[in-house]
Amino acid sequence: MERLSGADAIIRSLQEEGVDVIFGYPGGAVLHIYDALFQQNQVRHILTRHEQAATHMADGYARSTGRPGVVLVTSGPGATNAVTGIATAYMDSIPLVVLSGQVQSHLIGTDSFQETDMVGISRPIVKHSFLLKSAEEIAPAIKKAFVIATSGRPGPVVIDIPKDITNPTDLIDFEYPDTIEIRSYNPASKGHSGQIRKAVSMIMEAERPVIYSGGGVIQGEGCELLTHLTRTLGYPITNTLMGLGAYPGTDPQFLGMLGMHGTYEANMAMHHSDLILAIGARFDDRVTNTVPLFCPTAKIVHVDVDPASISKNVTVDVPIVGEVTQVLEEMNQLVDAQIGERTEGQKNVLADWWTQIEGWRGQDCLKVIREDDDKQIKPQEAVQAAYELSGGDAYVTSDVGQHQMFAALYHPFDQPRKWINSGGLGTMGFGLPAAMGVQLAFPDEQVICITGEGSIQMNIQELSTCSQYGLPIKIINVNNQALGMVKQWQDMQYEGRHAHSYMQSLPDFVGLVEAYGHVGFRIETVDDLEPMMKKAFSLKDRLVFVDVLVDPEEHVYPMFVAPNGSMRDMWLRRGVRT
Amino acid sequence: MRRILSVLLENEAGALSRVVGLFAQRNYNIETLTVAPTEDQSLSRLTLTTHGNDREIEQITKQLNKLIEVVKLVDLTDGSHVERELMLVKIRATSSQRAEIKRTADIFRGQIVDVTGSTYTIQLTGTKDKLDAFIGALGDAVIMEVVRSGSSGLSRGEKVLAI
Repeated sequence: MERLSGADAIIRSLQEEGVDVIFGYPGGAVLHIYDALFQQNQVRHILTRHEQAATHMADGYARSTGRPGVVLVTSGPGATNAVTGIATAYMDSIPLVVLSGQVQSHLIGTDSFQETDMVGISRPIVKHSFLLKSAEEIAPAIKKAFVIATSGRPGPVVIDIPKDITNPTDLIDFEYPDTIEIRSYNPASKGHSGQIRKAVSMIMEAERPVIYSGGGVIQGEGCELLTHLTRTLGYPITNTLMGLGAYPGTDPQFLGMLGMHGTYEANMAMHHSDLILAIGARFDDRVTNTVPLFCPTAKIVHVDVDPASISKNVTVDVPIVGEVTQVLEEMNQLVDAQIGERTEGQKNVLADWWTQIEGWRGQDCLKVIREDDDKQIKPQEAVQAAYELSGGDAYVTSDVGQHQMFAALYHPFDQPRKWINSGGLGTMGFGLPAAMGVQLAFPDEQVICITGEGSIQMNIQELSTCSQYGLPIKIINVNNQALGMVKQWQDMQYEGRHAHSYMQSLPDFVGLVEAYGHVGFRIETVDDLEPMMKKAFSLKDRLVFVDVLVDPEEHVYPMFVAPNGSMRDMWLRRGVRT
Repeated sequence: MRRILSVLLENEAGALSRVVGLFAQRNYNIETLTVAPTEDQSLSRLTLTTHGNDREIEQITKQLNKLIEVVKLVDLTDGSHVERELMLVKIRATSSQRAEIKRTADIFRGQIVDVTGSTYTIQLTGTKDKLDAFIGALGDAVIMEVVRSGSSGLSRGEKVLAI
């Protein structure tokens, strides 16, 4: 049997898992591991400028590829800096394996230098975690970590590794297991066939159906099956913020995003429906508005791999626990067999439903209103220009705030895994490092980061990492010189008292990005938008930062009326509500 | 209503903290908690009492089941079960009260496990209600200290929680 040090065992285990790239930052507790990393070429290491960015990069890598992202950080501040990124991944069910260094075993608990209880700190935001006690535990723990992170409802797993067990002079027998049994972990696979049959008969008989799908369909690789089901049924479909791209965004059956900033037609269809088929979505408070008023006439079928997501916020009529692919395959077989039996009467009822939906769609809730002599750029137009001039099939990451909602609403996604944002935790500073993770996974693809001048400054140091690795990301900075979403709420709920929502002393972004070795443009008028944006996208091999000065007064609409509103209660424009 | 959850847990460092952490994190309350290894040293058995309606208890059991180290769990209150709790009470027992305290302990089938000139320490087992009743029955006697184990329980009959 092979004899390896703990440090080599870690790197070999990653190789055995087929890991091609990891994101990290060295420090005292992980120096042995970094030395082992240095002496091989199979696993590439990306040196970030901050551990939070390392986790977001691994996250962006995972979201775009479907493979787990791997992070390596040191103990103490290295580990705590990673916490925001781990929580971001946890909320959106993203598979990560985070290796954190820990002080030597005999020093644990003594408040030693750069010591922190990483397993304790990360406990509420991980799917599972390990504190290793010996080098022999390394291979089985890493195997388990990858299995747990990627199966069932995915999520981040932390492995905390005391420095002494990675000592290069202490050798152990190394063998990486092909499979591993975890007797207490058996995620659901196949859905209950009786429940699926019951669900399908309700789906077939529905008069005002809506399909509501979330990030779980993308994570579970169920998009083609979902598209087949939706097209066969001819039903309207809406996606959550996390689920955009699961069904083609430019397809006429697609009603747009639902929820707090969802489209008028999607929210109205949900509210008036008699049957909701929810797949891989979790009835988040940003979707339901006031729960007791949620979709009063709808029966609900809920498909999810996580039993705890079912009837957590909204009680459902037909729960189906299983992998999205398995359940959708079974549903498709039944629907394919029964669709021909649909009567003229049923077809007419559905046609009436579509007529009603088209009426709602006719409101054109996303219409951008501008005065003819106004030369200011609307933030929505910045997103539309990025969509049109990038060819429309780029990977798009976003940060958090108004620009995130504008991106979700004004940039359609026809494919899954192309739209990458922090939906659950809402982490400002996510967009740029996530885009870097995507670009590293897909060096030849177009990657856009839609951000704002608030969010970008939360991880702007990564422009340096972009220089080091030559990442030609296109950053669209939707610059309204304010924390736009905070300001919007202050306009709507605090009589316009803008408490600390302005960004004073903004940097000269063009000068800043040039200092990092990149290209920067500033666009100030609507006439310059298209030519300058076109120029930005034409610089294929350069990172281009496009600082777009936009109308600072613009709000995101539609927006749920709260508190005590249902899904049909929306602000459609300033001062205009349903 | 009050529920007794019985959980088989991997007997590993940190497993208990995940259970306790889950309750804090999700705003559930723990009334009592008792845990010890079973005859199989790789497993711990944990008994936990909590309050909640059916919906809350369903969420609690689902969330507990999601913890990787939880092997199996059962809500004992779903069926008939045996429930016991151990209590030790140290009572100020001076000459005039000694006989009365002894009589009360006997009625509850308590045992005096430590005696000094001025104190009795009484051991009592039973359901939560019985232990509460004993405290109530002590009347004027001065309770110096009480320690309770928290409830443990098993299903009646053939039904078992095992792997």
